[in-house]
Amino acid sequence: MNAYLRTLGAVVWKDLAAEWRSRELISSMGVFALLVIFIFNFALDLDPKTRSSVMSGVLWATFIFSGTLGLNRSMAIEKDRGCLDGLLLAPVDRTAIYFGKALANMIFILAIAAIVLPVCFILYGVNLFNPGLLLVILLGVEGYVAVGTLLAAMAVQTRTRDILLPILLFPVAIPVLVAAVKASSGFLAAIPMEEITPWLNLLLVFDVVFTAAAFMVFDYIVEE
Amino acid sequence: MKTQPRGLLYLDIAAFAAVAFATYMVFGYAPVERVMGLVQKVFYFHVAAGWVGMLGYLAAVVAGVAYLVTRKHNWDLVGLGAIEIGLVFMLINIVTGSIWARPIWNTWWTWDPRLTTATIMELVYVAYLMLRGGLEDPERRARFGAVYAIIGFISVPLTFFSIRIYRTIHPLVIGGSDPTANGSFSMTPAMGQTFAVSLVAFSFLFAALLWHRIRLGQLAHQVEQQRMRLTQ
Repeated sequence: MNAYLRTLGAVVWKDLAAEWRSRELISSMGVFALLVIFIFNFALDLDPKTRSSVMSGVLWATFIFSGTLGLNRSMAIEKDRGCLDGLLLAPVDRTAIYFGKALANMIFILAIAAIVLPVCFILYGVNLFNPGLLLVILLGVEGYVAVGTLLAAMAVQTRTRDILLPILLFPVAIPVLVAAVKASSGFLAAIPMEEITPWLNLLLVFDVVFTAAAFMVFDYIVEE
Repeated sequence: MKTQPRGLLYLDIAAFAAVAFATYMVFGYAPVERVMGLVQKVFYFHVAAGWVGMLGYLAAVVAGVAYLVTRKHNWDLVGLGAIEIGLVFMLINIVTGSIWARPIWNTWWTWDPRLTTATIMELVYVAYLMLRGGLEDPERRARFGAVYAIIGFISVPLTFFSIRIYRTIHPLVIGGSDPTANGSFSMTPAMGQTFAVSLVAFSFLFAALLWHRIRLGQLAHQVEQQRMRLTQ
């Protein structure tokens, strides 16, 4: 168990160190996220009245789109420079590699959230520093990344890899999007807790089911 | 090259006869529904097509798991065939549903759990075909296909429940009557019999199509091997 965690930590550390030196992922995801917010601003005409009701939708669309960018890139780097083969040659449990990659991807998307939330606060004056909302973001991103990392590992090995990931990922990730948007707008509108609980439960179920499923099938994706 | 097996020929005949008989029952035997009128007749094949669609997707998951365990090429053919058939019949289900919904709900489309889930399933399995299209190595294609069929199928109930928390107007066919459901009706015995025959007929049709599709896949595989032998 200890060795497993060390492997996992090493993969995460490798991704964070590479990112710290190149700053490729966070910068492109961050700029992309800001652009998505601006596009929504003009596309939806976010005036104060509609703002509160669509804010959570805008947030989640931003996370999902910039998340796809990050998931694609983090796997493409491994594939292009032959790092994935090196990782797979290492005599360690391969699911530790999966969890390491997933955790690193999760950290990247949460970093984007940490950029997006204050920006939205400044631009729209909606207070987004709500503990409930932060919990929803944590749960939603976990579910999205659990299935996203698995599918990215698959998409990167195909001919049409860059365009394939969203097509594979979005239909599967719809429940996590629905539940996360509903729970987020519930917390933002401060509706009674018992109306939010079903959505939180659904998020939890999605997280558990997809983390477990990815854990079980990841070996089949990377074997050669 | 093998000739068509006897069993398949009999299955073809049985499926054809069953669908013809079901069509006769729908138009000649089942009474016209009192409130909805003739349009209700779409119900028999609407539900039967949805049943075949679900059967196809379920078969694909079973075949996917079986492929990952046994690594037999035939399981991949079963999975691919089942998903292709499932896609077509789910589309028939959605289109006939729209035809029924227009006069009864006064709209072609509503964001109801069943409608939305059926459509998202179509998207999942279209993605499945695109994933296969992007892979050249047959072994990897089979492996990834099996994994995606499993992942896609797991998400189906979650999608359904996520949208079900909104209210639904789609009537339940089996068990329970929701007073808010719109366009539900009670079946007379003749309607029930027609419905049962339609389900059986479509199941036969599914089995026949799947068998044909698996044979086609096997023949394509043989042709591929012959060509490799000739070019070497």
